[in-house]
Amino acid sequence: MPGHWRRWAGGLPRYLREIQAEIEVYAKGFGLDYFTTYFEIVNYDEMNEIASYGGFPTRYPHWRYGMEYERLKKSSTYGLSKIYELVINNDPCTAYLLEGNSLVDQKLVMAHVFAHCDFFKNNAFFGHTNRRMIDEMANHGSRIRGYMDKYGTERVENFIDVCLSLDNLIDLHNPPGAFFLARKENRSEEDDKMLGPGDVPRLRAKAYMDKYINPPAFLEQQRKAIEAESTKAQKFPVEPTRDVLGFLMEHAPLKSWERGVMEIIREESYYFAPQGQTKIMNEGWATFWHSKIMTEKALDASEIVDYADHNSMVTATSGKRLNPYKLGVELYRHILERWNKGQFGKEWDECDDMKTREKWDKAAGLGMKKLFEVRKIHNDITFIDEFFTYDFVREQKLFAFGYNPHHRRYEIESRQFNEVKQKLLAQITNVGQPIIRLSDANHENRGDLLLEHQHDGVDLDPAYARETLKNLYSVWKRPCGILTKGENKPLIAKFDGHTYKEEPISEDQAPKQEKRDKKR
Amino acid sequence: MSLKIHQDHARFRQIVKGRVRQELRKFISKGEMLGREGGKTVSIPVPQVDIPRFRFGDRQMGGVGQGEGEPGDPLSQSDGQDGAGEAGDQEGAHVLEIDVTIEELAEILGEELSLPHLEDKGKERIVSTRDRFVGIKNVGPESLRHFKRTYRQALRRQIAAGTYNPERPIIIPVREDKRYRSWRTEELRESNAVIVYMMDVSGSMGEEQKEIVRIESFWIDAWLTTQYKGLDTRFIIHDAVAREVDRDTFFHTRESGGTMISSAYKLCHEILERDYPVSDWNIYTFHFSDGDNWSADDTKQSLEVLEEKLLPVSNMFGYGQVHSPYGSGQFIRDVRGRFGDTDKVITSEIADRDGIMDSIKDFLGKGK
Repeated sequence: MPGHWRRWAGGLPRYLREIQAEIEVYAKGFGLDYFTTYFEIVNYDEMNEIASYGGFPTRYPHWRYGMEYERLKKSSTYGLSKIYELVINNDPCTAYLLEGNSLVDQKLVMAHVFAHCDFFKNNAFFGHTNRRMIDEMANHGSRIRGYMDKYGTERVENFIDVCLSLDNLIDLHNPPGAFFLARKENRSEEDDKMLGPGDVPRLRAKAYMDKYINPPAFLEQQRKAIEAESTKAQKFPVEPTRDVLGFLMEHAPLKSWERGVMEIIREESYYFAPQGQTKIMNEGWATFWHSKIMTEKALDASEIVDYADHNSMVTATSGKRLNPYKLGVELYRHILERWNKGQFGKEWDECDDMKTREKWDKAAGLGMKKLFEVRKIHNDITFIDEFFTYDFVREQKLFAFGYNPHHRRYEIESRQFNEVKQKLLAQITNVGQPIIRLSDANHENRGDLLLEHQHDGVDLDPAYARETLKNLYSVWKRPCGILTKGENKPLIAKFDGHTYKEEPISEDQAPKQEKRDKKR
Repeated sequence: MSLKIHQDHARFRQIVKGRVRQELRKFISKGEMLGREGGKTVSIPVPQVDIPRFRFGDRQMGGVGQGEGEPGDPLSQSDGQDGAGEAGDQEGAHVLEIDVTIEELAEILGEELSLPHLEDKGKERIVSTRDRFVGIKNVGPESLRHFKRTYRQALRRQIAAGTYNPERPIIIPVREDKRYRSWRTEELRESNAVIVYMMDVSGSMGEEQKEIVRIESFWIDAWLTTQYKGLDTRFIIHDAVAREVDRDTFFHTRESGGTMISSAYKLCHEILERDYPVSDWNIYTFHFSDGDNWSADDTKQSLEVLEEKLLPVSNMFGYGQVHSPYGSGQFIRDVRGRFGDTDKVITSEIADRDGIMDSIKDFLGKGK
């Protein structure tokens, strides 16, 4: 079995160990700070296997890995795709190299891997991830196999399918163990104290003034306010939660092995989430560094052409599709140039003379420092939001596109900065998934489960929503519904165990939309 | 090396086969897969086995791209189909192609239609013999002595005789204890079959009719392949005259001319007589037409050839009449009129693609 433990046995062949040592000197010289990294050489088939398992060959068994393997195997057989490397966020970091990569490829890939690893170690959004995930995944594997032995493969597998169907319903911004943004889900104790039952607070007044200062009408009003508050307090959960899986784990009528399975799926989902949140940044960072290390240090003159060829494949945009490697690396370079030339701050922002701006160079030399800061504190959303500029969108020829129902085709909609930026942000918000909260676990006072979809202009896929609700039902075992919109009309989609229904509802029942800043 | 993924892969394929089984009727009438026959496997497009999640509908999403072009310019089909929240232009864009072997397909078909396995026609030839170890004997050459069995026998005897000392566990086998592997010589038999397809390519057999024949013959092939060791297929097309063609021509010839069914039957008989001695071969003949023969005279002649020449040598003769807007459909009545009570002649009417499954069942359901 190809496994991380093989490194103890043989490790890399000598010539690769030498290359690794050389590249590490360069990487450290540039200030990259990464976990100890072990490389392993694997062949095509092993690479496809490892990639199918999302990098963890010891994971629990599941058919979807088989499906992924079928796909990868086919596309690599026909030469449609090739995985050069794979790197795991773990301490120590494990990376897989493809056997048969040319020497220049292996150099490139190693440089690329060190940058990824630096990113894993330092980016704030990876802060909460388990750095012993390889072991943890193996534990998950043996736990699930244990459940399968005990309760039947099919039964466990079906429940895994159900959990996977809900695994995007987690709170990306409040992962367990995160140091940032400890969001208050529950109302504070103070609030509760103030609103003790039956105890209508009066304004302070002397006895003879009381009936004027606290007239019956006022007291009545206060009482109603308290009542309203206390019904709100009875709501369950008190505040809507996005960690639906976490909620279900605590409150759904699950058997203990089911809870165990759900816990595993949820933990893995949180572990992988930051990779989705930082796709552009992470790939951009790795591309930025491999090209810097290669062109400035590691390349032999005889390797230049091959390097350029392969590097251009990595950053090529196929058709008009956005390539995260390309977008990321260009944006880092854009930042590098701006901070090196001092193109930031109040003075720069207020300057609208094109000529001055073009020649602007204060030799600030802060570029590198800025880059390392950016890789530490940003994710894709804030990265784009903060550093997208008019110039960047124009130079990179970015455009927004959409589906034109009249022409039945996708069309370029705009090249306007604001629109491009908005569209891109919308596309990567919540890693491209709809934002859904669990708002009521006692809906209609009979234990039904109600979710709310925060509708930002794009409908849910109805067929998928229906199947997902059915899966949710099988966990909650009471009717489950979701408030959403279809063609701009509020509706509730509901599955009660027998039938699935979509019913229109009136506007005031519809979930309140958070106001969004349209002016970005 | 056995990879762990193979278990998951096998499980996945099991699930997919379940899908294929569920939607067999649809797959068959679509005939999509048949354009991709290659060797022993067939690629079947199955809808991606997806895990449902709350996700965005495709159309409204749009996205950001990079490159030349003015607002209003269309993106080419392939652009923007990948990446976050984007998807294809049409429904069912997420298609997965699964390679399934013909055997697996036929097995699924057989189970779905509950097709009987074919009767042994006794036309088997012994092609080779093979020795196989099948049991244990008390005598045999020392080189085949079964150590473990011999030891066990000796131990049993010594314990029974009370000569076994656990302190000094020495076991000495005697002559009677010895056990030997024994073998049996097996004869490998092989039975072969040939299918002769005949098709009417007269003016009234259009594209759709030929497509139906193509799909149907594919499944007949698939089923018979699993029943016989070797399967030959021959193709005859006919209008007013008949000629033998290859598979490709068979399905793609332009229609033309009149119809003389007897010409095809005669040619078929010639081929069988020349290449497939009835003692060695299981012979299957199929004829597809829209049932519009040139003249009553020719029909009479055809039926005579069929009765005297083809039927005596064939396991079965299948006549499939494809519905066409032009044909009179008379021929099937003539065939039924003459052979109505003969087991060997099976007739089937195929109204449209949805009728293919039932027609296959007609032909193969009798286990001829």
